[in-house]
Amino acid sequence: MIDSSMVAQAVPDRDQELSVIAECAEVAIRHAQSLGADSAEVSASIHYGLDVNVRLGEVETLEHSRDRGMGISVYINDSKGHASSADLRAESIRTCVEKAIDIARFTQADKCNGLAPSERLCSHFPDLDLWHPQPLDAVATMERALACEAAGMDNPAIANSDGASASIGVGLSVYANSNGFTGRRDGTRYGQSCVLIAGENEAMQRDYWYDSRRAFADLEAAEHTGAEAARRTVMRLGARKISTCEVPVLFAPEVAKGIVGHLLAAISGGALYRNASFLKETAGQQLFADWMRMSERPFIRRGPSSTAFDAEGVATAERDIIQDGVLTGYVLGSYSACRLGLETTANAGGVHNLLVEPGRHSAQELVAQMGTGLLVTEVMGQGVSIVTGDYSRGAGGFWVENGEIQYPVDEVTIAGHLRDMFMSVEAVGNDVDERSNIQVGSMLLGKMTVAGS
Amino acid sequence: MTEALKLAEQQLLAPGGLGHTDLEKVLDHLMGPSVDAGDLYFQSTSHESWALEDGLVRSGAHALEQGVGIRAISGEKTGFAYADEIIMPSLLQASTAARAIARQGAQGTVQAWRRQSPQALYLPADPMQALSADEKVDLLRKIDAYTRSLDTRVKQVMVSMAATHETILVASTDGSLAADVRPLVRLNVTVIAEQNDRREQGSDGGGGRFDYLQLIQDNAWQRFADEAVRQALVNLEADAAPAGTMTVVLGPGWPGVLLHEAVGHGLEGDFNRKGTSAFSGRMGEKVAADGVTIVDDGTLAERRGSLTVDDEGTPTEQTVLIEDGILVSYMQDKLNARLMKMKPTGNGRRESFTHLPMPRMTNTFMLPGEHDPGEIISSVEKGLYAVNFAGGQVDITSGKFVFSASEAYLIENGKVTRPVRGATLIGNGPEVMTRVSMVGNDLKLDAGVGVCGKDGQSVPVGVGQPTLRINSLTVGGTQT
Repeated sequence: MIDSSMVAQAVPDRDQELSVIAECAEVAIRHAQSLGADSAEVSASIHYGLDVNVRLGEVETLEHSRDRGMGISVYINDSKGHASSADLRAESIRTCVEKAIDIARFTQADKCNGLAPSERLCSHFPDLDLWHPQPLDAVATMERALACEAAGMDNPAIANSDGASASIGVGLSVYANSNGFTGRRDGTRYGQSCVLIAGENEAMQRDYWYDSRRAFADLEAAEHTGAEAARRTVMRLGARKISTCEVPVLFAPEVAKGIVGHLLAAISGGALYRNASFLKETAGQQLFADWMRMSERPFIRRGPSSTAFDAEGVATAERDIIQDGVLTGYVLGSYSACRLGLETTANAGGVHNLLVEPGRHSAQELVAQMGTGLLVTEVMGQGVSIVTGDYSRGAGGFWVENGEIQYPVDEVTIAGHLRDMFMSVEAVGNDVDERSNIQVGSMLLGKMTVAGS
Repeated sequence: MTEALKLAEQQLLAPGGLGHTDLEKVLDHLMGPSVDAGDLYFQSTSHESWALEDGLVRSGAHALEQGVGIRAISGEKTGFAYADEIIMPSLLQASTAARAIARQGAQGTVQAWRRQSPQALYLPADPMQALSADEKVDLLRKIDAYTRSLDTRVKQVMVSMAATHETILVASTDGSLAADVRPLVRLNVTVIAEQNDRREQGSDGGGGRFDYLQLIQDNAWQRFADEAVRQALVNLEADAAPAGTMTVVLGPGWPGVLLHEAVGHGLEGDFNRKGTSAFSGRMGEKVAADGVTIVDDGTLAERRGSLTVDDEGTPTEQTVLIEDGILVSYMQDKLNARLMKMKPTGNGRRESFTHLPMPRMTNTFMLPGEHDPGEIISSVEKGLYAVNFAGGQVDITSGKFVFSASEAYLIENGKVTRPVRGATLIGNGPEVMTRVSMVGNDLKLDAGVGVCGKDGQSVPVGVGQPTLRINSLTVGGTQT
């Protein structure tokens, strides 16, 4: 039995809570100015969540969360101080501002410090359709997690479960600065995942599947997530090592986004101004084959990272990052832009929905196109250097011959240099993973070194 | 009353007017029908960081976090809620939410307080106060100047220092009442060196549960700067790494990340209770080569991974996991220990009051063997000698693990020859442990910068090992 008083927590009143957060931000900015700050900027947020984990048909954990917090940056004579607080009580806000001021009195002046240029601040706030609230209903969320796992366990080859989870999250936040900008964000998120195990003893394999959406109605059926987790887990049974070789590699969408992520890390302002990127001074250069296009789409309705303004209030815009295979520009916030003598690209805090233009072919057609090679569905470890571009990671997936999957593979590594890897992309599939900030289909690379037995 | 308990009550309970009887009231409220156990975890954390780049200390940050996490356990079920205000109404509201998990059944009881007060492994003082802000800024600039003076090829120097001061108090329905005041500091130096259009990075650092003064005593920080520059310069000369399966010799200290990934996670109680670990059901079996003894030890004074009591109030201990190749123990928190009818081992840890505790490592390392490190290298005809690593990851079910070398050399005819570029090494945990053919006599623990992530929760840990020879491990270079 569930205590009925806790069954469903009502949805927070969005406008009222946003006003409370905005008021906290304003109080903090005023306090900073009264203590001598030339300028200040604040991010404040509140997040409500419900997370349920079930395993083998029983609820394991039920977590209620409510996180509040704020961070403030203050600038005094081009020196910067930052402080954060994990609650929004008046006293905590005051302490937080005072800590930031304290720090700014000791850090050194840097003329690039400060707020984003006022003329770049967002003034148009389109409805991006990110707010789809439902009560935080513990019983319904438990039932969803249970249904997800049960559908996976229905597969006779599944031996054990590491559990399924279902979650609801409601987030509200405000960014405000002393140039008079206040931007409000809202967003809901519904998710579910399932991790299953097939085989016994040394032959055990695990895999998972998940979905995550802004609106509950867009979430795939819990049963589908569980069944897909089971299908993927069973496919891995009997995985073996292959001999060391150089072959084409097809990255499934879930791992292809990692390759795009390394590109974004290498063209981000922080890596560039620190001289810590293998793509330093490459704007205007051909990085990919001439058909490649990657664009930032901040206004996708219900998009995972849709927003009208970045972490500094700068208006976001649609733009191509890779056009005809050429790098058109970098990923910059106002500080790194200043350091590089450029202008911000509204990417303080990262990119907002990066779409790799899909090709015409399905994943299966790309497997056929590859002929012989490795289909990679999992990568492991941190063996990627953005400084040098060297890439070496653990991998698992499937061996492909005659254009067809032959058997599962694990305990191998794939290695190359990211620049060569980018140039060797031969095709992108139409199987775009829409759950993620980086949206890309399967990606076929001409050749990588696979180390095995 | 112990000093830690007194400090924790002053800091966490007194401001909200709370005392022992209030804790008892909340625990009574939490123990609804069929709740077997529950606990209140009060925590206050302050954190600061200072960073230098391009010769300027251009950023500093401070963070404050405080609250209480309340957990109710019923069989294998856990209900959890937390509050960021430590006052009676918030405590009662969170405990109502947490206990909603329980089904109908017998009423549990709250035990009388038993104070856990082991000898503290570190001093309770706020580590940030050991230096003034001016002294911190000056120190970073001094390190920058020193590092740049080491070699003209050094083009970029990044130095960061950070400190955390954390106070926790745990009150549990099983009667345990414990507190801990935990300092933690760290210092990192990262350099980028350039030569003929080639750029390489080197990084080193250290820290522990002490204050900043230990990092400046006898200019201890110079070691980190020297080491970061040395690594970057070695890598400027490195050739492509080999690809394929070969004999690998791992250096002492930080390469112990191998044990953390290949063995450590697989021996955490939760995975073994669920039967999802490659080591599940293998207690008492031979899982590693003769001479391999691996321990998890949370009791080492002032080490980064150490805790006087864990986040459930259990005193930490030295737990022998693998003894001379035989699996003898798992690492446990209270929940998994009870369900597996084993003893808690002081490994119940959580990132903060907003997270649930689970079995986690503290300082995990292999005990030394009898071989001289030189003898181990000269025994290898052709192989890889890896001395520094970036990090690793493991799939505990299949046992597959990776760890990425950031400094490695070829061994040819028993001699260390050329440096090779970073590469990921991959193996199967239980298999690799049986292929450890030589264990060095040079046990070293890491310098104190490790962070372990599990289920989205990060905690500080330590690793260590002597020089090891592993007969066959797959090296993920590009040279076939």
